[in-house]
Amino acid sequence: MPVKQQLIAILLAAGLLIFIIDAVRRRKLREEYAWLWILVGVVIVVLSLWRDLLGTITALMGIQLPANTVFFFGLVFIVFINLHFSIRISRLTDRVKRLTQDLALLEEESRRDRAEPGS
Amino acid sequence: MNTDKAAGKVLIVIPAYNEGKTLEGLTAEIRRLFPLLDILVVDDGSRRPQRISGGAKLIRHPFNLGDGAARQSGFLYALRHGYDFVIHLDADGQHLPAEIPSVLQPLQDGQADVVVGSRFLGRCNYKVPFLRRVGMRLFSLVCSLVVRRRITDPTNGFRGLNRRALELYTRGFYPQHYPDADVIISSHFRGLAIREVPVTVDPSASESLHRGMRIFYYIYKMFLSTFVAILGRQDQGRPGKCPSSNS
Repeated sequence: MPVKQQLIAILLAAGLLIFIIDAVRRRKLREEYAWLWILVGVVIVVLSLWRDLLGTITALMGIQLPANTVFFFGLVFIVFINLHFSIRISRLTDRVKRLTQDLALLEEESRRDRAEPGS
Repeated sequence: MNTDKAAGKVLIVIPAYNEGKTLEGLTAEIRRLFPLLDILVVDDGSRRPQRISGGAKLIRHPFNLGDGAARQSGFLYALRHGYDFVIHLDADGQHLPAEIPSVLQPLQDGQADVVVGSRFLGRCNYKVPFLRRVGMRLFSLVCSLVVRRRITDPTNGFRGLNRRALELYTRGFYPQHYPDADVIISSHFRGLAIREVPVTVDPSASESLHRGMRIFYYIYKMFLSTFVAILGRQDQGRPGKCPSSNS
């Protein structure tokens, strides 16, 4: 990996890590979701500093170009993280539904109590 | 049906979303026919609050959740207020309130846990467009094969439930949208006894949910949830007993 590319990758990873930590600090990103993105930043830094690692993985997997190894793992990561978020969204949707139903029932009860005080 | 006996035990649930004057007429008609039965309208986040009459109770979702969730809110209300039976029917006036007793009777007699109205049993005056008919037949076939008894109208929204069914339907498996054939199949695998009774459906009042692209989503959803229900049948208890059909 040429030094120029190495520098760009390290700067990108550093920018990503700073952005994530700042988002956690400002309570815009929860810790439970931040770790995945911190892992991405760390992996980019490791691959940039440890020059032979990407080449070794590429050879082990029988892939011809190191760039394709990066694309492959990038795509796998994106698929899994999207699946993970779809599951999270489904769970949140169920919770919002049940909360909304409870709210509607409580609102009816309080409306009835106001109409018939003491009942 | 003895409505004196049913007083305080039966709740009529009507999910409503942006309904017009038909809903007011429907609640008034139920009140006129069965003055002792309680009526609950579940307004599923209509743009303008639903108008009701006849002393019906009303609960309101702050935004639209879906027809299944609206019915389920009615089931939760029934459980919390100690009702033994729920009859739910559509708000657009396609179901006849006069037929409530025929849906309620098998529940009161202990012959079924879930009673499903069918427009194709008995006297059928319902003309269905070709494509819809094919879809209905397909789901009816799938449902009948899985449940191992004839289910002629798995999409009918005129149904009755006893307390046992209410407890199961409020535990999360009840779908938020389109609770049709998959509910019948899941109910069967959870050991509920299902029975169909003939009801009349007024096609002029019926507003199909299955217009445009929604029909494709409906078909996909129904097949997936049916498949998942079949896969999960071992976890859901023994198959339901099948009371004799009146068809």
